[in-house]
Amino acid sequence: MTTTADQDTEIAPTELAGQLQTPFRRFVSDFFESWVATVAFALFLVIVFGALFAPLISPQDPYDLAQVDVMESRLPPGSKSYQGYTFLLGTDGAGRDLFSAILYGLRISLSVGVVSGIIAMIIGSSVGLTAAYCGGRVEALIMRIVDLQLSFPAILIALMLLAVFGKGVDKIMIALVTVQWAYYARTVRSTAIVERQKEYVEAARCLGLSHKRVLFHHILPNCLAPLIVVVTVQTAHAIALEATLSFLGVGLPQTEPSLGLLISNGFEYMLSGRYWISFFPGIALLLTIVSINLVGDQLRDVLNPRLQR
Amino acid sequence: MTAMIETHDLSKDFVKKLDFAGKIATHLGADLHEQVVRAVDRVHLGVEKGEVVGLVGESGCGKSTLGRMVAGILAPTSGHVFFNGEDYAELSGPQARRAQLAVQMIFQDPYASLNPRHRVETIVGEAPLVHGLASKSGLADYVDDILKRVGLDPECKRRYPHQFSGGQRQRLGIARALAVKPDFLVCDEAIAALDVSIQAQVLNLFMDLREEFDLTYLFISHDLSVVEHISDRVVIMYLGRVVEVAPTEVLFEQPNHPYAAALLAEIPRLDQRKRQFKPIEGEIPSPIHPPSGCHFHPRCPHAFARCQSEVPALQKIAPGRYAACHLNDEPTPKNE
Amino acid sequence: MTDQVPTLEVVDLATHFFTKAGIVKAVDGVSFSVGAGEVVGLVGESGSGKTVTGFSIVGLVDPPGKVVSGSIRLKGEDLVHANAERLREIRGNQVAMIFQDPMMTLNPVLRIDTQMIEAVRAHRELNRAAAREVARNALGQVGIPSPNERLKAYPHQLSGGMRQRVAIAIAFVNKPDLIIADEPTTALDVTIQAQIIHEAQTLCRQTGTALIWITHDLAVVAGLADRICVMYAGRIVEAGPSDDVLDRPMHPYTAGLIGSVPTHNKRGERLRQIPGMTPSLLNLPPGCAFRSRCANAQSNCQQTPDETTPFDGRRLRCHHPMTAIERQP
Repeated sequence: MTTTADQDTEIAPTELAGQLQTPFRRFVSDFFESWVATVAFALFLVIVFGALFAPLISPQDPYDLAQVDVMESRLPPGSKSYQGYTFLLGTDGAGRDLFSAILYGLRISLSVGVVSGIIAMIIGSSVGLTAAYCGGRVEALIMRIVDLQLSFPAILIALMLLAVFGKGVDKIMIALVTVQWAYYARTVRSTAIVERQKEYVEAARCLGLSHKRVLFHHILPNCLAPLIVVVTVQTAHAIALEATLSFLGVGLPQTEPSLGLLISNGFEYMLSGRYWISFFPGIALLLTIVSINLVGDQLRDVLNPRLQR
Repeated sequence: MTAMIETHDLSKDFVKKLDFAGKIATHLGADLHEQVVRAVDRVHLGVEKGEVVGLVGESGCGKSTLGRMVAGILAPTSGHVFFNGEDYAELSGPQARRAQLAVQMIFQDPYASLNPRHRVETIVGEAPLVHGLASKSGLADYVDDILKRVGLDPECKRRYPHQFSGGQRQRLGIARALAVKPDFLVCDEAIAALDVSIQAQVLNLFMDLREEFDLTYLFISHDLSVVEHISDRVVIMYLGRVVEVAPTEVLFEQPNHPYAAALLAEIPRLDQRKRQFKPIEGEIPSPIHPPSGCHFHPRCPHAFARCQSEVPALQKIAPGRYAACHLNDEPTPKNE
Repeated sequence: MTDQVPTLEVVDLATHFFTKAGIVKAVDGVSFSVGAGEVVGLVGESGSGKTVTGFSIVGLVDPPGKVVSGSIRLKGEDLVHANAERLREIRGNQVAMIFQDPMMTLNPVLRIDTQMIEAVRAHRELNRAAAREVARNALGQVGIPSPNERLKAYPHQLSGGMRQRVAIAIAFVNKPDLIIADEPTTALDVTIQAQIIHEAQTLCRQTGTALIWITHDLAVVAGLADRICVMYAGRIVEAGPSDDVLDRPMHPYTAGLIGSVPTHNKRGERLRQIPGMTPSLLNLPPGCAFRSRCANAQSNCQQTPDETTPFDGRRLRCHHPMTAIERQP
């Protein structure tokens, strides 16, 4: 309520925003404006759900050799197993149910992609923030290392590392982190440089706040927007990279098949008509990557301050 | 009596260094130089306790740079800034912190000067908590109190800056500054970005707070009518140098320096209708290559030979009045 | 005034923005006209709708905004229902616009001469050399020294004042009937502002171009405009000859604006201020939009005041205008 007698009191902004609109709520409502992104996000949730609850959903545990029978190999989709369930997507060369194998493979692909992404983000962001805040020689040195890292093709670096370290989930994680941290560093640094020059940072310095406080409490929260976008895109990259490495046979061992390995295994059968062994894992990989990318696209638009009203 | 804030010979250069390619080129004989912009050139300024000094000038005059050096957020290239007699550069530890908190700044852009990711209670309450001016338990009341004093409803503590209007955000900036109990406020074009009717409100707020908290102001503005209203004394700068200092009424009645006179003649005023604008010729020169001698001589209607060769010194021309103009040394009185 | 068709006639213009949060009635029933060679000042603060009015006239309102009703006639020709091709012909030729930021007019990657020649040749059949000559003359007319050098420069090599002058030159180069200037000097220094206002004034007198000067600064239009229209929350609340409006404001908002100017107050004392803030255009209260901040407000202000003509040449939207006694000296 406003009164003209209140010469000094400004009206509280109750007229300006209906409910307490945190930036998060505004972001969520903006994000779901696009039906494409909503569908993609829903699809991604389904994939994650499937991967998380794989042991409960899948009819067979493809790693349990007791459940797998080589006599049932290369069966087309829809065939029945003598154990009673249907091979929804057929079986592969070793007799594993493809549907189960895909779900378990998704687990590996997603976890490797996401975990390596998070670790790379933490490392890359710290490095980028430090570079932006220190400036001068420190920044120049760090950024040259980043440039060097980025000038090598990711696959080349990963192959070299894996050749040295050998196969295994942890080795792949290390390779992926090494390949990815530089993107985060560069993104965070460029955002931090822009934020560093803004007046609220000057104000924070004027108020006597320490460098550390200004960096992590003031600047970093404002660097999150582009960072989130990079995280989604990079996760998709990581998943694709891991699949590539597994396809080439240098990634995960045979006993823990990821999607890439499944595709690779089925490759030899493509021309003989047993397409499903490569095809379905390929579709699963495609859907995962595309849904993440679409979500990332919408995030980029929503979080871009220039497009905001 | 020691002035509260005093600057001695204060200068600030911004250097655009040669990059690697440039350095190589210089070694090979190319005639490349670092570009130096002398944003502030040997400025002497004093602000007594309790007064409001208006700092006026156009773009490139260095007033914002000077304001930041006074507030302690920009280090000078040479010269000194004294707060209550103590040199900023020589302070350290808790003394430095006390001086830093005692001189606060209100910024021009109400949109960029508040952290968009912080709620109001953090914006206003962070510094007092960190510096021990308020306890954790008492922080909410402390913040409420300050918000009320600047005319905002304490209910809005949990909101974010984007939910406020420009005038309200400026009040938030003022609240943030007041929260650390300063003695001196540097207002850098604090009302320039606001609507006219909100400007009046915020200006009134400044005047009220001055009384209530016994504050001293350095009020930087390009708007002479605002400066005339709120200031006790006015300092006019041009391209990094002070050209005139005078008590407000005296300056507006009879400016001494030709630039001051031109500035005053050119501000659009409500009571001057359909007049023919007779503007000063020329553009403000680039600060990278300022004119020799008196910076204003290319545009000055009264310039003569000495103005091009010799920099005029800031001289006392009457009690409390200073001007940097060679014409004051001439025996004949200046006539229009 | 003469009986000839006014250069611009706007009747009951309404431009609404259909946003997610609701309908923003940026312009809600605005009427005014501008005669040949006349300077009209459109004055208002942020949210008053003055810029959207200007944009509506040249058809530059983008979705989600739309001109929903009203008519805009340029020398009798309807602009609201004109097709895109016709609007394109008119823009830059018969109606030109000057923006607050000259970089909205100037392309940063093209030289000045390229841009100006393009602006000329878009509407006239001239070869490049002749167009260049026209451009050079235009630059000279807006007071740019050594125009030949300036023509070869890029926008970033010029100062802010110079760029705005080039933008003005581009606006005048095809001798338009009407120029709409949206806060062209707000971002410039006082001395440059004075020069540019002077140049615009001179050019308009010479060419007979009508000028709409949109600003929030009453002092600027005081020295420049023949007539003033004061806008608040999407409506014109007061209009008339500038001297009359400034000396004898009738609407409490105009009176409040004038009263809050520092030069109209005793030095060192609290300024007379208008209490409260501009209402959000998303939920304007019914009736007079200024009601919540008005000292004269009474119960009938809940009805939107119609436009009245208290006397010749003056228009007013107020139930309780200021009387001579209420007006501060």
